[in-house]
Amino acid sequence: MAEASYPDDLRYHPDHDWARVEGDTATFGITWYAQDNLGEVVFYDPPEVGATVAKDGSYAEVESVKAVSDVIAPLSGEVVEVNAGLADAPERINEDPYGDGWLVKVRIADPSEAEGLLSAADYRKLLDSD
Amino acid sequence: MNQQGEAVTTIFEKSKAGRRAAVLPEAGVPEPPLEELIPAKLLRDEPPRLPEVSEPEIVRHYNRLSRRNFDLDSGFYPLGSCTMKHNPRLNERVAALPGHARLHPAQDPRRAQGALELMWLLQESLAEICGLPHVSLQPSAGSHGELAGLLLTRAFHADRGEERTKVLAPDTSHGTNPASVTMAGYESVKVATNERGGVDMDDLRAKVSDEVACLMLTNPNTLGLFDENIAEMAALIHEAGGTLYYDGANLNAVMGQTRPGDMGFDIVHVNLHKSFSQPHGGGGPGAGPIAVSERIEPYLPCPQVVRRTGDNGGGPFFDLDADRPKSIGRLRGFQGNFGVFVRSYAYILSLGADGLAEASETAVLNANYLKARLAEGRAGKRLPVAFDRHCMHEFVLSGKPMKRELGVATLDLAKRLLDFGFHPPTVYFPLLVDEALMVEPTETETKESLDAFADAIERILAEAEEDADIAKSAPYTTPVRRLDEVRATRQPVVRQAL
Amino acid sequence: MLAAIGVDSTAELFEQVPNELRLNRPLDLPAGMSEPEVYERLAALAARNAHAEDEVCFLGAGMYDHYVPAIVDAITQRSEFLTPYTPYQPEISQGGLQAMFEFQTMMSELTALPVSTAGLYEGPSSVASAGYLATGATGRRRFVVSCGLHPHSRSTLATYSAGFGAEIEEVGLEGGTTDPAALAAAVDGETAAVFLQSPNFLGAVEDVETLGAAAKEHGALLVVACDPMTLGVLRPPGECGADVALGEGQPLGNRLDFGGPSFGFFCGTEALIRKLPGRIAGETEDVDGRRGFVLALQTREQHIRREKATHNICTAQALNALAATIHLAWLGREGFRELGELLVRRAAYARERLAAVEGVELLHEAPVVREFALRLDAPVERVLDRCAEQGIAAGYPLGRDYPEHEDGLLVAITERRSREQIDALAEALRVAVAAEAVAV
Repeated sequence: MAEASYPDDLRYHPDHDWARVEGDTATFGITWYAQDNLGEVVFYDPPEVGATVAKDGSYAEVESVKAVSDVIAPLSGEVVEVNAGLADAPERINEDPYGDGWLVKVRIADPSEAEGLLSAADYRKLLDSD
Repeated sequence: MNQQGEAVTTIFEKSKAGRRAAVLPEAGVPEPPLEELIPAKLLRDEPPRLPEVSEPEIVRHYNRLSRRNFDLDSGFYPLGSCTMKHNPRLNERVAALPGHARLHPAQDPRRAQGALELMWLLQESLAEICGLPHVSLQPSAGSHGELAGLLLTRAFHADRGEERTKVLAPDTSHGTNPASVTMAGYESVKVATNERGGVDMDDLRAKVSDEVACLMLTNPNTLGLFDENIAEMAALIHEAGGTLYYDGANLNAVMGQTRPGDMGFDIVHVNLHKSFSQPHGGGGPGAGPIAVSERIEPYLPCPQVVRRTGDNGGGPFFDLDADRPKSIGRLRGFQGNFGVFVRSYAYILSLGADGLAEASETAVLNANYLKARLAEGRAGKRLPVAFDRHCMHEFVLSGKPMKRELGVATLDLAKRLLDFGFHPPTVYFPLLVDEALMVEPTETETKESLDAFADAIERILAEAEEDADIAKSAPYTTPVRRLDEVRATRQPVVRQAL
Repeated sequence: MLAAIGVDSTAELFEQVPNELRLNRPLDLPAGMSEPEVYERLAALAARNAHAEDEVCFLGAGMYDHYVPAIVDAITQRSEFLTPYTPYQPEISQGGLQAMFEFQTMMSELTALPVSTAGLYEGPSSVASAGYLATGATGRRRFVVSCGLHPHSRSTLATYSAGFGAEIEEVGLEGGTTDPAALAAAVDGETAAVFLQSPNFLGAVEDVETLGAAAKEHGALLVVACDPMTLGVLRPPGECGADVALGEGQPLGNRLDFGGPSFGFFCGTEALIRKLPGRIAGETEDVDGRRGFVLALQTREQHIRREKATHNICTAQALNALAATIHLAWLGREGFRELGELLVRRAAYARERLAAVEGVELLHEAPVVREFALRLDAPVERVLDRCAEQGIAAGYPLGRDYPEHEDGLLVAITERRSREQIDALAEALRVAVAAEAVAV
């Protein structure tokens, strides 16, 4: 994805991760800024389905040629689905970080945690201040 | 050196059935079918598919391959923290003497006295250079020495009934340091760097505790700066009961000038393939002997080369001492990379006390001169030094202004240097400095060589001001141009398909 | 130069070193010597070693007196291979990187495992590195290790395990090979890896496939240490269920050098590729479509992954791996097999001749390739002394590492050990054993 974009319907974590909350499940991924910094993604090391993820904790790793990044969970919960398509096409994380580049779907443990996340506007402010 | 037009073929692709280089001796003994000697189940059906080529083809293939390499004998190689100094060929000659080269490692020590004495003399020399009395030559590289040092630390604390979990290292440390920490079963904790380029003492004080087993440092550090707080750092970690470890990668700055033992370090590793002229071989062999203080000595790896008094008033006897009850044990097979010891010992004999001190003095002079040259002109503006004070044997520049103002990254500058016939400095390390360029000229470069490098940088920057794309698509004249590393990692092809 | 820097003397450059830390005296080492003097000094030391040019060497125990063809030195002594650093700038390191790729292909062929790294330091630390890999890959912390593994390998594995945390259970030998019942009993769901060596330290060929089944059953990795020179004739570990095949590379292209430098080879399955230690060269293309090679999967390594790296290794043994590559190319597919067959037949001959000597018998009768164990009716070290006086290093005294084999002698064969030399060994042993048996 060539242009920076931060959809308004998502919630953001300061470590450059996003969450799309739909009822009692949420989809997670990394933001445009994160994938741009990383460079071309070559490998995604996902968690197992059924694994527990904790808010602010690392649940997976994303690799480019020259760097490895921990992916931070914006919310706590249990992994119910992993994006299997990324095994063969990890570049989707770069091309479509909010769509085809989604990383995991999680059954969230505590919906109130979402209130602690940033809006798109606040996340953009955070990036500008860096 | 260009060879760009040359079709690359591997030795396998040159293979033609029936060709062969080796002529082997006749068996000279009965030749029953192998199945009579070894059950068929344990035998291989088909031999491995090694290439079938004649000797002239082998020689030609590898000679042509060799010319696709840039090497230290051919040009300037200012890789920071690698100490690419000249490799004297005398060392190759003495290493090849049959008494060294054809000596079996399990030979009875009584019949390997020359080898054991050489190891002992090297140990004594390294002890004097490092300022620590006890040396083990077993570790095979710096990383191996680091692991050894951490295992020694673990044994030291265990012997005192203590269990510690953390090891501290500056955020500027070489990647091997935290990797070794994890391999030794510890948790790696980073210590911040201050504005002067030294360890942030407040951060260090906050992190030192009785959970900390060891503090790993190098001095001068990877920024090429001597940390004057070293005595205080040593006191801090020692008071907390931890050990102080010296990564010897930067020893070239201080030989005969100061000694890690005198700075308070308990354990030091020395890279023989850096300060002691062992050729790098494209990625080894090297050696990483360790020198330790009295209190760490009991835990040294086993066996240890010792000198004993001879029987019946005879001369001293050199031996492998395996009777070391508190030793951490073996780190590898046999005694270590003996061939490397021969070369390094020859180097130490060649330079001597005076020569080693002069080597460090000249290394520091050359680095400061090159830094001064690069503080002039365009380099001074676009590649400012990260910390503006006298450096020791190396210095770090930042390519951040160059990137911001010209759109040329440190990587692009490095690739363009290849076209000018130089090996680039180390890039993107230490992580602390944006667009880092770490330069270590070493003492074996002439002033003219340093000037030529500074002039090349100047020319590249001038060129970039006109047209930044030149550097961004460099190199042009090397055997291959920029390679697709993404593809190599996404779909790894790590052997020839046959 | 000083003027350009803006100082009056180099001493000013050292002012950053506090005074109290300055050495302020010359190093207590001799003054530098001229080249001829250094040569004489080193030659004098070399002259005090009993080496394989002067005596007939039947010593093995992991390193062997093979003939290294002259072209190996001619090529490895070239500046372009001898003096560069690790290939961090691939555009000017295509020689070294392609050589690594060729080496990896050859080791993959020898072991029949799809992936080879560019190598580690030597054999025993490669075994320890496999242990580290296994704990990472399985999350378990127990190793089951055959006593057939080289004593240095077992010791090094124990040293490393004390650091990263793993327990070791050793399984004994029966009739020269690993006791299969004891092995099966030792392996369970907590086992990270089972370690076998074939041929083992006593020279015996192990039935890796059968023994290794216990590992498979419990989801443990099967790690097999092997002698690369035997892989022309023995069924390779990759065909016997090994997950990792590794070992001491010295027999390929490298001198004895009193134990180093040599290299350790390390091969694994596709599934383990991201967990392998050290450098791996990979093939790719440049911007103009030219074929080229790079260091692949660098994010495993310490310079990028730091505390989470698969291993801490940086400088390895690249030049020694190159020597192996050239030696293997020189032997070629047919030569490598033929050499293996030569070793088997000469070892068989030697074994029979020596077992026929009065006071000498086989320690085990398991099949061997190039090394075998004998039992002597006389103190082994004294017999060795007498043989040394005859200019023969008769073998390795097993009592050094196996207390149950105080009377054991390990004899190694290479293509340099002719029938005449074997016959001379038999005679020297006959005389020595007779003399020492009387003396007892």
